Amino acid sequence: MSGLWFLDRERTIAGPGFSRWMVPPAALCIHLCIGQAYALSVFNLPLTKLIGITHSAPADWKLTDVGWIFTLGIVFLGASAALLGRWVEEGGPRRAMFTAALCFGGGFLLSAAGVYAHNLAIVLLGYGVIGGFGLGLGYISPVSTLIKWFPDRPGMATGMAIMGFGGGALIASPLSVWLMAKFSTPTHVGVAEAFICLGLIYTCFMLMGAALVRVPAPDWRPLGWTPPAQATKLVTTANVYVYQALRTPQFWLIWWVLCLNVTAGIGVLGQASAMSQEMFPGKVTAVAAAGFVGLMSLFNMGGRFFWASVSDLIGRKNTYFCFFILGTILYSLVPSTGATGSVALFVVCFLIILSMYGGGFATVPAYLKDMFGTRYVGAIHGLLLTAWSVAGVLGPVLVNYIRQYQIDHGVPKAQAYNITMYIMAGLLVIGFLCNLFVKAVHERHYMDRQVPESAALAK
Amino acid sequence: MANPGQGTRPIHLLLAWSLVGIPFLFGVLQTLKNALKLFQ
Repeated sequence: MSGLWFLDRERTIAGPGFSRWMVPPAALCIHLCIGQAYALSVFNLPLTKLIGITHSAPADWKLTDVGWIFTLGIVFLGASAALLGRWVEEGGPRRAMFTAALCFGGGFLLSAAGVYAHNLAIVLLGYGVIGGFGLGLGYISPVSTLIKWFPDRPGMATGMAIMGFGGGALIASPLSVWLMAKFSTPTHVGVAEAFICLGLIYTCFMLMGAALVRVPAPDWRPLGWTPPAQATKLVTTANVYVYQALRTPQFWLIWWVLCLNVTAGIGVLGQASAMSQEMFPGKVTAVAAAGFVGLMSLFNMGGRFFWASVSDLIGRKNTYFCFFILGTILYSLVPSTGATGSVALFVVCFLIILSMYGGGFATVPAYLKDMFGTRYVGAIHGLLLTAWSVAGVLGPVLVNYIRQYQIDHGVPKAQAYNITMYIMAGLLVIGFLCNLFVKAVHERHYMDRQVPESAALAK
Repeated sequence: MANPGQGTRPIHLLLAWSLVGIPFLFGVLQTLKNALKLFQ
């Protein structure tokens, strides 16, 4: 890395007078870009009409094939976050953000070449594999830096960045539609050009984040804040090495806490439009359902900041208790909203549920920091994101397959989601129990008591 | 060791937050506009 000296962790240590409020925009530069992943579906239909233009020609890609681009991206997000977490932690945030920018932007450019050549394998390699690595690296890169800059409000700080991931889709969706319209002609779908523009925009934007980011000096403290002299019951002052964390029950309990919370939210997120129309036939139109989905995106995003900030006041464990208790009640209520025809109550239930879905993502880095300390929190967070990948399969499968099973067995469409809602409520009860069993990590896992050979160097 | 710097000026903060705040607000407003269809 001698030619890339400016990426070294030492070069990013903030000088005196640097404001910590410069760091959240740096993190948002990354998360607002990689959040585009949630809006990738706007390209799905155009990608199936690259040859037929107005309709899908026999030689065009099928929608099921195109769906693999997103799936592969999320798989590589999880894999890179889990595998490269330690590299991110030890190399510093600028190197990780720089690499994420090149991977994510480069993935778009390679995908554009794949679209031009009408070769799906190149698109899968571009966005799915290389872009997916950018997604994972970008997702975890600012987490521990923000926690170190905001030891007094770690939940709020990480919540702000992870809110950006939710917000990224809100920007990417209209921007992508606009770009495709700009480059489309009667004989050409403007997907490749839109990919090139997005690749260049996102690379520049993410590189600005990499340039802005700083890590605090080791002895730096926020003005007027003194670190607690002793660890409290559920907030440690020690550090646990990244792979040692895997040997603790706390890691796996929090893994299930996240997995079950996400499973409950992600299934309805994908089915919200169809569900609202099927549960309230004649009352909710397709246009209104699209509005409902938009409102859910806003609550998903807002919940990330709101609940993570609340967790600084009431504690992480209590915040997850709120998610699980409130979520169980709300999911149990949903079937009765269908039975009574109360659209308003249905909407309110799901908006709160979606705020807690986002809140679960945003609160978990601070939960890990409380349990395992700040030294390897980003890397441990990376490992925990495998729970997201599992939930990404579990949630939609539960909602879609149980609905289909119900319909196949003669249940009216309006009631086809009832069993699923009760199952979701049940999953949240299990999540509640997992959260209940989370206790402080035993001292034997702390780095200064059991130092792995490679961690000793990092210290 | 900390790198020497001039410290952060308010204009730096304003620029940095505008850089992320303007596109973010654009996205939120666009989504809100779509979301209002629920109440029509």
